[in-house]
Amino acid sequence: MSEIENHQKPPLEPHLKELENEAIFIFREVAAEFENPVMLYSVGKDSSVLLHLARKAFYPEKIPFPLLHINTGWKFSQMIEFRDELIKRYELELISFTNPRGANENVTPFTHGSALYTDIMKTQALRMALDDGQYDAAFGGARRDEEASRAKERIYSFRTPDHRWDPRNQRPELWSIYNGMIRKGESVRAFPLSNWTESDVWQYIKAENIPIVPLYFAKKRPVIERDGMLILAEDERLELAPNEQIKQMDIRFRTLGCFPLSGAIKSSARNINEIIKEIEVATVSERVGRAIDRDQAGSMEMKKREGYF
Amino acid sequence: MSELNLAKQQDLTKSVLKNLSPLRFITCGSVDDGKSTLIGRLLWDTKAVKEDQEERLRKDSRKQKDGLNLPEFALLLDGLQAEREQGITIDVAYRYFSTPKRTFIVADTPGHEQYTRNMATGASSAQLAILLLDARVGILEQTKRHAMIASMMGIKQFILAVNKIDLANYDRQIFETIETEFSEFALSLGITDIISIPMCALKGENVVNKDLDHMAWYEGPTLLEVLERATIRSKQTVGFRMPVQRVCRPNESFRGYQGTVSGGAVKPGDSVVVLPSGIKANVTNIITFDLVRNAAVAGDAITLELDRNVDIARGDMISSIDARPLVGHNFSANIICLVKSGIVANKRYWLKSSSKLQRVVVELISVIDLKSGQYDACDSFELNNIGKVKLRFEEIANFDIYDENPDTGSFILIDPDSNNTIAGGMISAKIEQVTNIDNSTDEEIIVFSMSLVEAKKLQQLEGFKAISDKVQQTQTTKGKLRDLLSDID
Repeated sequence: MSEIENHQKPPLEPHLKELENEAIFIFREVAAEFENPVMLYSVGKDSSVLLHLARKAFYPEKIPFPLLHINTGWKFSQMIEFRDELIKRYELELISFTNPRGANENVTPFTHGSALYTDIMKTQALRMALDDGQYDAAFGGARRDEEASRAKERIYSFRTPDHRWDPRNQRPELWSIYNGMIRKGESVRAFPLSNWTESDVWQYIKAENIPIVPLYFAKKRPVIERDGMLILAEDERLELAPNEQIKQMDIRFRTLGCFPLSGAIKSSARNINEIIKEIEVATVSERVGRAIDRDQAGSMEMKKREGYF
Repeated sequence: MSELNLAKQQDLTKSVLKNLSPLRFITCGSVDDGKSTLIGRLLWDTKAVKEDQEERLRKDSRKQKDGLNLPEFALLLDGLQAEREQGITIDVAYRYFSTPKRTFIVADTPGHEQYTRNMATGASSAQLAILLLDARVGILEQTKRHAMIASMMGIKQFILAVNKIDLANYDRQIFETIETEFSEFALSLGITDIISIPMCALKGENVVNKDLDHMAWYEGPTLLEVLERATIRSKQTVGFRMPVQRVCRPNESFRGYQGTVSGGAVKPGDSVVVLPSGIKANVTNIITFDLVRNAAVAGDAITLELDRNVDIARGDMISSIDARPLVGHNFSANIICLVKSGIVANKRYWLKSSSKLQRVVVELISVIDLKSGQYDACDSFELNNIGKVKLRFEEIANFDIYDENPDTGSFILIDPDSNNTIAGGMISAKIEQVTNIDNSTDEEIIVFSMSLVEAKKLQQLEGFKAISDKVQQTQTTKGKLRDLLSDID
């Protein structure tokens, strides 16, 4: 068995092992039951864990489906660099999709507001990409602990041909027996990380030594303060208002998305142990930095029904 | 630094390796018993609620009726808009919290009778059930119904949370009366592991923190203490099972079978049998991404390599040779109906179990009257009905009895017309020969094999007692049973 690599590490804590086993089971089940799966890859920490678990699930085979990145064009440049390097290192198949309306109609987070921008460049883009590929299953890294409406999401989450989610009428899901029966045009979103918490994700990244985008670690970076959020001021497309000044601050990101919509936090956590320590004593939840969650009450549920991840 | 932050810092220093598996549990109770408040309280007191969630919570909270200046905990859980508007929980919500000792996954399930199916969903993966009731009201039919469903779904550990004890003047007598009454009922279901706790979820008394001011008379553990030390049933004592999820063929020279061990253990050199073909082989390697392992146990997701090329496909079961699952065309099962359209007798459905899809015809036997606990003969199954059925497979099937191995003894039924999941089921016995027992002649022998637990239940049934003089009962091992059966045509 010379072709089998040796990835030996100390054994995982039982609760991480159980979460890992569950995720691997879901990956294998979907890959076996669906004709044309795809894995949504956002380059963030949850995606990094998802990718690692996918590699584990099929080993010694390569991941038997492509990765799909919905690129709004406004991601942090460090995310794209990281993505491209990883794809090369693990010999993965990546599909990067950008909604052409973005360029054609010059849709930006500054001109169209976060809600419309997100709808066009993320939700609609995702639906277009899924239609293009005719995927019947899409893996996502969503976790039930992230947000109230996600707490009720199934592991196999059924979508109509126009990608709608009906939270009032979900298929019952008992034991770990998942119903993958669909008609042509319908699809399933599968969530292997459903039962993970933010703390589990970080502990697993540490235990498994999973590479993540460096923006998660604190460093002195140029930022401006806008609408109560700290915005990274590295991209030349960021136009400063007269009263805005770039400051150098020790910051890091708890979640990564589009740079104009992702707020940084002041932090001195420069390595994974310090991040875990910081999270254990954190007094705000991770999505507080996400502008799109704050538009209105129940805003995630509304976006999800429309097809947002 | 505030006191709260200091307290959290101290928690962190106590943080030791969590050596226990996560505990999955459900909460059930009647509509106004305060389930959501109880879970909210658990999240709150274990500091799983963050400031921004708290801020939103306080913003959304209606008037403060208790003067405690706490937010409405229930809003933490009722995540869907419809629920916030109606003020009730309509679906299963999963919540996560942890203490330095353990992590927890809790399924908050609705109390309304029409949502029994959601309770069954939550119970299917739970190891413990909290039955909540109002101390002023005592045990309701609903409490008994939930205990019955949870017990049927295989839950062995119960906590009776006697809530709102403050409104019953912290009266010890009231608590003890409820405790005794419930224990007697539970025993009739075969439930022996029950801990009763007097509490006030709203004020947090005996939930995470012990209340010594009003309930010094209560010497038992708090709710969290019981949760922290609850046991998880080992699946390693039964025979080795690995349902094949997929065949892994990265190149010409390698062929591995991927799946999760769902019972027992396996090591290289073990002889195994593949079902339904019956072909035997030996395990050469247990492969995982991390290392080639020298053993795998129940729960492990692995890739098995065998010493010979045999025809194995998704849905096949790799099993130990000496402790095999039951194999046959006919099984009896308990099922719960999950859809409004119900279950139609003698219709062909899809049955999914352990990564295998099969065609099955369902014969309806009886449905349980949740009020009396009695089974009545039936010819249809409606939403939330629980009852007994006979499964007739077109191709040979293999199962374990649910009580012995829930992973290989559970299934779902899928309607081929709607593709919806219409029922969840638990195998209770294999039927050796299909004949109507009442019409059997003296010459005919009908053999039923079932677990001891199932046999005991059967013996208690009135219908069985009536014909018990015609029945010869033998207790034996699976191995001896095979020899015994081989003598019968």
